[in-house]
Amino acid sequence: MRLICPLCGPRDRREFYYSGSEDYLNRPTPDAPAEAWDDMLHLRDNPAGVTRDLWYHETGCGSWLLVTRSTTTHEILATERVADRKGAGA
Amino acid sequence: MPELIAKTALSGQSTTHAGTTLAEVNLGQITSIACFPGQMAAVSAVLGPFPAPNTHADGLCWTGPDQAFLIGRAAPDLTGLAATTDQTGGWAALRLTGPLAVDVLARLVPLDLRHMTEGQAARAPLGHMQMVLMREADSFLILVFRSMARTAWHELEEAMQMLAARKAL
Ligand SMILES: [Zn+2]
Repeated sequence: MRLICPLCGPRDRREFYYSGSEDYLNRPTPDAPAEAWDDMLHLRDNPAGVTRDLWYHETGCGSWLLVTRSTTTHEILATERVADRKGAGA
Repeated sequence: MPELIAKTALSGQSTTHAGTTLAEVNLGQITSIACFPGQMAAVSAVLGPFPAPNTHADGLCWTGPDQAFLIGRAAPDLTGLAATTDQTGGWAALRLTGPLAVDVLARLVPLDLRHMTEGQAARAPLGHMQMVLMREADSFLILVFRSMARTAWHELEEAMQMLAARKAL
């Protein structure tokens, strides 16, 4: 399996650390109800098909990537740097 | 006061197998330059052109997003433009030169280095170690954490010995 780092190019899966669902990017506001925090921390979909998750380019450039891939075909559909997303780092 | 001597990790040792040489080199001062958001152009005005991803030139090597190593000269004052940290004692530098160089690295680095050309650079693993790799005219320059210097040396020399033995058959 290979992931395409937008900075480093196509790289072996060994170079990446898998973090988990993109849900971690969508933090509730501090005053959100407990249910919203519970959702973000613990509730996950388990799709047969397209999923989006976070990978860290650990032995490469050190970027966090948002990867869109298929759990049924193992196809990598898109990769983007979390830092390049609109509003990141603001 | 005794005179203290700065020593490199491997005392400048070198080894040659089948015409391919691995040698520790002293690069002098190394400074990490991490640009503050939106300041890369201002940093370039002071330092010289900031290296594009996966490239190195004129003692500047890309090491990550908006980040580079300044090698072999003192860092200018970049207050307000970039975070600068002295990395001089933190890295060991190894130069690999010769006909087996690409094959040696092919055993340890998950990249196709046959087409890497002078001026290209990469952040990639050497075995399980973090590495900064630079392609020079006739050699590869390999930077690993100083604490990993002997492990890197061992892995590289072992690959050199294996390939040299195979060549001698
Ligand atoms: Zn990368």
